[in-house]
Amino acid sequence: MTARPTKGGALYALPNALWLTFFFLAPLLIIVAYSFMKKGLYGGVENEFSLRAYALLANAGIVKVAFRTLLVALAATALTILIALPVGYNMARSKNQTLKLFLVIVPFWTNFLIRIYAWIAILGNEGTINGFLRSVGLISDPIHLMYNQGAVILVLVYMYLPYAVLPLFSTMDKFDFILLDAARDLGAGKLESIVKVMLPNVRSGLVTAVLFTFIPIFGAYAVPLLVGGKDGYMLGNVIADQVMKVRDWPFASSISMVVTFVSTIGVLLFLARQKRPGVSKEQAAALAAEAAVAAGGGR
Amino acid sequence: MNGSDVTISRVGKSFGSFAALDDVSLDIRKGEFFSLLGPSGCGKTTLLRILGGFEVPDEGTVAIDGVDVVGLSADKRRTNTVFQSYALFPHLSIFENVAFPLRLRKVPPKVLSSRVKDYLALVQLEAHADKMPAQLSGGQKQRVAIARALINEPSVLLLDEPLSALDAKLRQHMLVELDSIHDKVGITFIYVTHDQGEALSVSDRIAVMNQGKVLQVGPPHEIYEDPATDFVARFIGETNLFRGAVVRSEGLLATVAIPEVGEVLVTTDDPVPAGSSVSFAVRPEKIRIAAQKPAAARKDLNVVKGAVDEPIYSGFQTKFYVRTEKGVTFKVFKQHADYSDKGPEIKWRQEVFLSWSAEDGTLVEVARP
Ligand SMILES: Nc1ncnc2c1ncn2[C@@H]1O[C@H](COP(=O)(O)OP(=O)(O)O)[C@@H](O)[C@H]1O
Ligand SMILES: [Mg+2]
Repeated sequence: MTARPTKGGALYALPNALWLTFFFLAPLLIIVAYSFMKKGLYGGVENEFSLRAYALLANAGIVKVAFRTLLVALAATALTILIALPVGYNMARSKNQTLKLFLVIVPFWTNFLIRIYAWIAILGNEGTINGFLRSVGLISDPIHLMYNQGAVILVLVYMYLPYAVLPLFSTMDKFDFILLDAARDLGAGKLESIVKVMLPNVRSGLVTAVLFTFIPIFGAYAVPLLVGGKDGYMLGNVIADQVMKVRDWPFASSISMVVTFVSTIGVLLFLARQKRPGVSKEQAAALAAEAAVAAGGGR
Repeated sequence: MNGSDVTISRVGKSFGSFAALDDVSLDIRKGEFFSLLGPSGCGKTTLLRILGGFEVPDEGTVAIDGVDVVGLSADKRRTNTVFQSYALFPHLSIFENVAFPLRLRKVPPKVLSSRVKDYLALVQLEAHADKMPAQLSGGQKQRVAIARALINEPSVLLLDEPLSALDAKLRQHMLVELDSIHDKVGITFIYVTHDQGEALSVSDRIAVMNQGKVLQVGPPHEIYEDPATDFVARFIGETNLFRGAVVRSEGLLATVAIPEVGEVLVTTDDPVPAGSSVSFAVRPEKIRIAAQKPAAARKDLNVVKGAVDEPIYSGFQTKFYVRTEKGVTFKVFKQHADYSDKGPEIKWRQEVFLSWSAEDGTLVEVARP
């Protein structure tokens, strides 16, 4: 879309500008500033320039968690997209779109944390799965389904699936399915027609889905905390520990900067590869904002 | 390239409880330009999709050159389709759209490039190879779709109302072009349309369909001159059609009593006994209109008196709607064939005499007693 210059334009944009300044730009600047300061004795910061927080990043433990975070985020994103693709396809071709859309949205009515606890109830040693296996006599000692990276990935995929399904569905819904017939007609197999004709045409939805899942997962905090155990620790947890336990705010801020950078640079690289107008400018802006929020907020 | 025979036997297809196709049988010959003609919703697209391998019939078989293809998916058939909406791939250039089937078959780049160029030349689009589909006009998109459908050298080309999105002038032009492409490639064309004018002008044979059934199959002049049912008579061209009963029959000459018209003489292909209930049809262009009563020299001439309700001048002809004394309206077309013809000298509300010879009428839907 091209913006048409109108007289009141700047005025209309004011609420948005205020919102962004107070809730997005200001916190981000505070984090940037804190990351270059000295640690206060009981939390907080001392008003003195220091690169100590960045020097601490070289710590082997942090690097290890950073890599793990990246791997978990990539794996969870890939799985989410792989599941979301057929789901979105099915919804787009379905006659009961409203019902299916409703079913995708229903989980949002339950609090985020409660849904994680529900998974603990399913996966735990005394949980549904172990209980069932014990009752049919397959096992006597519980299988440890929780507190590992697999559990973290599983729950992350569950949590972020709707964020991938919705943009995929909305672009697939606009896709002209006759094109798949045309591809088959010209000699393409079933899968071939989807890969060669459908995917390129729903690319903008695919990009959005990848970013909407990868960015928040990279900054995940609650899921690895509750189902991950020591092996599932991610950067979001390290940040929280630094703030709440160690009370090293500058260090927490510098780790946050890493999360922000990886997310933002990831987004930019990804968008740069979209040579064709798959992603609009507004979409890119929304995603960049999302990246920063995810990195700063993390849940 | 070589065309194929297509044999459709007793095909039925329902969507839920709705029968889209009901006991359809057709024998389409190698290399024929065959049209499926019928009003919107009569099942033409459904039949074409069954031929292309996109739908499976509930009953019946489809054979191409004698081989049953019902179990074969679209990619395994030697048919290709030109879709109503063209279905060009929006993310690919014109060149790549046409090259798509060749890329799937991993045709070497040199061969591919020259083949694509040949087919773009066939539809006169060489100059547009690098454009994207969105940059082309409707007529150009249409041609890309045709080139893309032909490049695999199918033995049957299926065309679903390919001209319906074009404006009238362009439609005529594309029709002629399609006909010449058909002559060049020599394969079987199965052409779906709801436009009787299109079907009459290019087809070798036409199947007229309505409500999932085939009503008549034949060459255009036969469909036009000798319609099998009232529906066909009304759907193809314009006509004057009345229900009546045969009251006298002398060899191949029948006298039909029509309540709203009177007694009408008509020649028949075979004897129709008195007492048969029939529809009588006479085309508007076969009726003469005159201010004076024709001299009663010929006994096989039908004459009806009426008054002009509405003369409609359209250059090459004038259409008259003539109301008879008994209150029915006849359509009459008068051609303005030569220069001396000064257009309609017959005026609104003028009393006129309509006349046509017994050979110009035809009997439709004869029910013998
Ligand atoms: N997939 C479908 N589901 C339900 N009804 C359909 C489907 N396809 C076609 N129909 C119905 O079958 C009838 C014939 O359709 P179609 O073959 O497209 O007609 P035409 O091409 O002659 O206009 C129509 O009444 C249409 O609504
Ligand atoms: Mg149709």
